[in-house]
Amino acid sequence: MMLFQVRGGVKLSYRKELSSESAIVRMPVPKRLFIPLQQHVGSPSEPVVEVGQWVGKGQLIGRGGRGISANVHASTSGTVTAIEERVAPHPSGLNQLTVVIEADGEDRWAELPSPITADFPLPATPRELNDRVAAAGIVGLGGAAFPSAVKLDMRYKYSIDTLVINGAECEPYITCDDRLMREAANEIVDGVRIMGYALAAEHIIIAIEANKPKAVKAMREAARADRSIQVVTVPTRFPMGSAQHLLMAVTGRETPADKRTAEVGAVVHNVATARAVSNAVRRGEPLISRVVTVSGFGVREPANVEVRLGTPVEDLLAFCGGLLPVPTLLINGGPMMGAALPSVHAPVVKGTSGVLALTASEINDGPQSPCIRCGKCVSACPAGLVPVEMVQLIKRGDLQGAKAIGSQDCISCGSCSYICPSHIPLAHYFSFANGKLNDLDRDARRQHRIRALIQTRNERTAREAEAKKAAAVARKAAKAAAAAAAAAAAVSNETLETSA
Amino acid sequence: MSTVASRAGPFTHTANSVTRTMVWVMVALTPATLYGLWLFGWPAVLLFGITLGSSLAAEAAMLALSGQPVHARLGDGSALLTGWLLALSLPPWAPWWIGVLGSVFAIVLAKHVFGGLGQNMFNPAMVARVVLLISFPVQMTLWATPAPLGSAAAPSLGQALAYVSGHTSVPEHMSAATSLGALKTELSRGVALTQTTDKLAAPQQMALGEEAGSMGETSAVLLLAGGLLLLGLRIISWHIPVAMLGTLAALAAVSHALEPARFASMPIHLLTGASVLGAFFIATDYVTSPVSRAGQLLFGAGIGALTWVIRSLGSYPEGLAFAVVLMNALVPLIDRALRPRVFGRSRAGKSLEVKAEPKIKL
Repeated sequence: MMLFQVRGGVKLSYRKELSSESAIVRMPVPKRLFIPLQQHVGSPSEPVVEVGQWVGKGQLIGRGGRGISANVHASTSGTVTAIEERVAPHPSGLNQLTVVIEADGEDRWAELPSPITADFPLPATPRELNDRVAAAGIVGLGGAAFPSAVKLDMRYKYSIDTLVINGAECEPYITCDDRLMREAANEIVDGVRIMGYALAAEHIIIAIEANKPKAVKAMREAARADRSIQVVTVPTRFPMGSAQHLLMAVTGRETPADKRTAEVGAVVHNVATARAVSNAVRRGEPLISRVVTVSGFGVREPANVEVRLGTPVEDLLAFCGGLLPVPTLLINGGPMMGAALPSVHAPVVKGTSGVLALTASEINDGPQSPCIRCGKCVSACPAGLVPVEMVQLIKRGDLQGAKAIGSQDCISCGSCSYICPSHIPLAHYFSFANGKLNDLDRDARRQHRIRALIQTRNERTAREAEAKKAAAVARKAAKAAAAAAAAAAAVSNETLETSA
Repeated sequence: MSTVASRAGPFTHTANSVTRTMVWVMVALTPATLYGLWLFGWPAVLLFGITLGSSLAAEAAMLALSGQPVHARLGDGSALLTGWLLALSLPPWAPWWIGVLGSVFAIVLAKHVFGGLGQNMFNPAMVARVVLLISFPVQMTLWATPAPLGSAAAPSLGQALAYVSGHTSVPEHMSAATSLGALKTELSRGVALTQTTDKLAAPQQMALGEEAGSMGETSAVLLLAGGLLLLGLRIISWHIPVAMLGTLAALAAVSHALEPARFASMPIHLLTGASVLGAFFIATDYVTSPVSRAGQLLFGAGIGALTWVIRSLGSYPEGLAFAVVLMNALVPLIDRALRPRVFGRSRAGKSLEVKAEPKIKL
């Protein structure tokens, strides 16, 4: 299949060999699970259980909130011992409302929706499948954690003809999707077909980076089941796994700025998400576990582990032989777009593709030196921005200037920061600037609203004053009229009297 | 558990650094430099050492004055490279003070007055060369004929010290004009280029560098090898060198075909003077060239065109330094005018338009 040129990107040191040949192992259920009620993009889910209550494995514990949101389920059976704010891997770094479950060791399923085991064409409407995916709390497992049902619903708003399945896995170290494609290709392809059916997609493209030949082979094998599926090898170049860029590479369709891929007729889902969809439909199982790559030079035994959501990172690390006695930084996700874990007590959540313990030599964040305008950030930027110029404006405090040349089109992929020979944290500056710009926008909106309210109030008071005045005038006039009438009456009486 | 200092991602970085870049550029310059030092002997060796030493001294002084970490910044290699490029552009037998003054012009005037590394608008080595050429035309145009170390004509260390100290000027029989200089002089006397060209070195000699000139003007082949190394290492991209040499070659070929008596041929333009050094090592200076690919193409083409114009129509035989400095002045404009197109946006900055109706209506 013909591929299309995607601008920018960087070649990285991948270090995937640390874990790529370790088969997925299943970690035993820990004693206590800490399940945050917000593990997805959108509004948090509302707790529907109470402290002291027994819950079954797969039972709904958090119902999706308003707007974009997702359900949350119990990852094992046991007793809810607390619903409280706890440390969690969230970009805000703030604690999250968390359901704590003391496992009873039985791992007993709650009552699940009935499995749909029939072959294609499925005896269920797309709407029913969407509802099933939504009920199962499935979100994008590539790391973005966007509720999957919302994306499947796109067919009702846009003209969707293409489903792209993201098996690029462009982050260094992370091998969970690679292993899953090798070991569970049939489940993935089944999920892909279900989503293709739910979207009524004419074309299905499974895109895998060239550094995973075994995964490509396994997926090609499994995809023979459906002739509308194409398995495509894409170049190993970060950030190939960005939905907009992957779509560009395999279809040549460029998603407009500030818009979704659906705008150009395509929906992009991750391979692990496809497998979760298959589980939800074929077995009725909600999303209660995921495969996590545990890696980095600081980990004793790097591995790909199928972990129950809510498992504390420290338990997961212990399962992988623990940390080596070297200073490390713990990362949730990949080293490019992941975030530092606030604590080892933080739990594994739906978006946790990796838990990395990185040493200083791997991070290689040298001391900053002056920018030499080498332009490598310009060539590397997949969004077509000029980081070197934006950072100068931001340093000067000219946020509007940075915005004018596109700072808000930054996708935070970190390619510029990676490639900079002067080790300037460019992406960090853009996050800062865009955060500030959002604040300013919010302030501006608030002030605009306040002004509007004040104006309405002034108009109302003016109207009321006017009305009062008019009433007073009317009253006066009425009084005058009455007086005049009385006078006239008196006069006429007099006249009458006189005439009489 | 201990952690290393934490900040926003990414948590992996290139092994590249400013120092590594500078070191590789110097490695790429080494073959041509060694050849030049051999070709012009002890005076060249002494001047090279003096120029590099004084560049480092000037850098250290300026760093200390501006309160920057002297040790760390001096080690980045940028001042050493500036001195190196300057030394390659000087007459190899020039007196010591030419090297020292040049270094001071380059480091103090062209670099630190603007704010130091990364802040200068103009290529420091080229600014120094231009200032020297205008201020000291005699010393800057007195070229020595090649007298390789070990040959009979080669000056001894003692003689070299005499030349470099300025006590003795370069003897008549040891001096010669550069190829471009000879063409210009003869042309101004009314001699057609077609006649003068025959007296010049053959193109293969020019390519190897067996002719009078600065060290950086001589061996086009070794400089090209260094340039290719930088391309291979992706320290530079092809855009500036190809645009510059391509434009220069095209203008030379067309003009020579139209009027051979007046305009030098393409091989002369490419192989003599500082064309190759300029294309791969001077014009590609990160700090003073545009950051976008389109900008680099325009910048390179501009240098190529201006070089040809100055050489062919101006009064100086060599115009590269002027061309580079003139184009440096346009870099902020070029950067502003030729930004890449933002993903998902039109050139004008509007979000791309999509005209598609939902296939399925509720």
